[in-house]
This record gives sequence, structure tokens and C-alpha cells, in this order.
Amino acid sequence: MALNLAEALSSIDTRAEAADWRAAIRLAGAGLVAGGATTDAYTDEMIDAVEKHGPYIVIAPGVALAHSRPSPAVLTGGLSWVSLATPVEFGNKANDPVTLVIGLAATDHDAHLQVMQALAGVLSDSAAMTRLTAAGTADEVRAVLGELAVAA
Amino acid sequence: MKIVAVCGMGIGTSVLLKMNAEKVLAKLGIDADVEAADMGVARGAAQTAEIVLTSEELAEELGDVPAEVIVIKNFFDLDEITEKLTAAVE
Repeated sequence: MALNLAEALSSIDTRAEAADWRAAIRLAGAGLVAGGATTDAYTDEMIDAVEKHGPYIVIAPGVALAHSRPSPAVLTGGLSWVSLATPVEFGNKANDPVTLVIGLAATDHDAHLQVMQALAGVLSDSAAMTRLTAAGTADEVRAVLGELAVAA
Repeated sequence: MKIVAVCGMGIGTSVLLKMNAEKVLAKLGIDADVEAADMGVARGAAQTAEIVLTSEELAEELGDVPAEVIVIKNFFDLDEITEKLTAAVE
């Protein structure tokens, strides 16, 4: 059985409202902070990363993986999940607009590989992604992720 | 063959890209070493690699390198990765 991604998530927000991409990343950052994974400074670092490197974090249609590098603002590894009520433009030509923002924090380059493998499995499953982005509550998201972990 | 998957930070998108590229390479039966790297490391690594995998935004930032740069739009579309890697290897 694969790692259940639901167990790795510090927080899950559904049908969240964000005015723009910065607000969307702030929600993902707040989720990491609420879960005890990071401090507020990490949220700023995730926004800085996009300002510096562009909106490359939108890695698949509708999905942004907000993250920065390991830093003192990362207390422990964490993952947050924010699905948006209204899709937001990040400025990514291929994959805008974004409906799901996943916040990622890691303490080093290797510690989170199992989590990343589970995440890759979920994100590459288009049927599951349709259900996950439509899920209205955190419990629904957890239920779908739990099913995927059993099936994997 | 040496392949470098590049992202801004070296912990997120490049790791996902590396995982999916390895899946594709195994299926194609290509023996390759895939490394995930951030932009700074990648500029060095791309000097000795044959192929660089990255996104459109980062390909522009990476600039000219001796390796063949492949731009992936959807990091989870194994068909896209398969098609582009096959074309590059041939």
C-alpha cells in the first residue's frame, strides 16, 4: 500500500477564495503554518520564488505546487492542500488557470521523497483529480486520497 | 546517459519531473541517470548532461547550455514526456 497522502497533509481547505495568485499561495502558506510545518516567513519565500523564477510552479493543468527551498522558516516537512472556489491566473501559458494549490515544505532534499511519490501518483491520476478538485469538504478530499492509497 | 530535471528550488517540481522521467525511461528501456537540480546546480550539471528537462519559464532562465533542453508543459502527462524523450534520444 502506498503512503496515504491524506496523512501527510498538514491542512486541507476546500472552496477557498483567493483574489490572485499571491493570495492563493498565502492560503497554502497559512495551511503549512497552521499545521506547524513552517513560520510565516516561508509563505513570503514561496511568493518570492515565483517572483524570481516565474510561474513555473504550475506544473500541470490547474495545479500549482507552491514551495521554496529548505530554510530556517521550515520547522518540519509539510504539505497543505487548497482547492479554490474560483480559478486563479498565475501567468503560466500552458497550465492556467489554477484550481488547486499544494503548499510544500521540506527540511532537506531527500526527506520528503515518499510524500512526493504519493503526490506524483495522485496528480497523475486524472480521474482522481477530477473528484479531488470537485470535493467540497476536507473529509471528502481525505476519503478520495484514502481510496487511492488502498488501490495503489 | 545523463539527464537533469531542473526547477527553481530543487525540491519540488524537479523531483516530480525526475520521478516521471524515470518511469518513462524504464518503459522505453533507456538506461539513464536522472538528477533533480535547482537552477544554480543545473547550470553546472547541464554542461555534462545530454538532456535537460524543465518548464518553459525555467528554460528561458537557464539560457544556452550544451545539453538538449526539453520543455515539459504537463509534468504528469507521461505521454508528453514519452514523446519528447523519445524524439530527443533518437
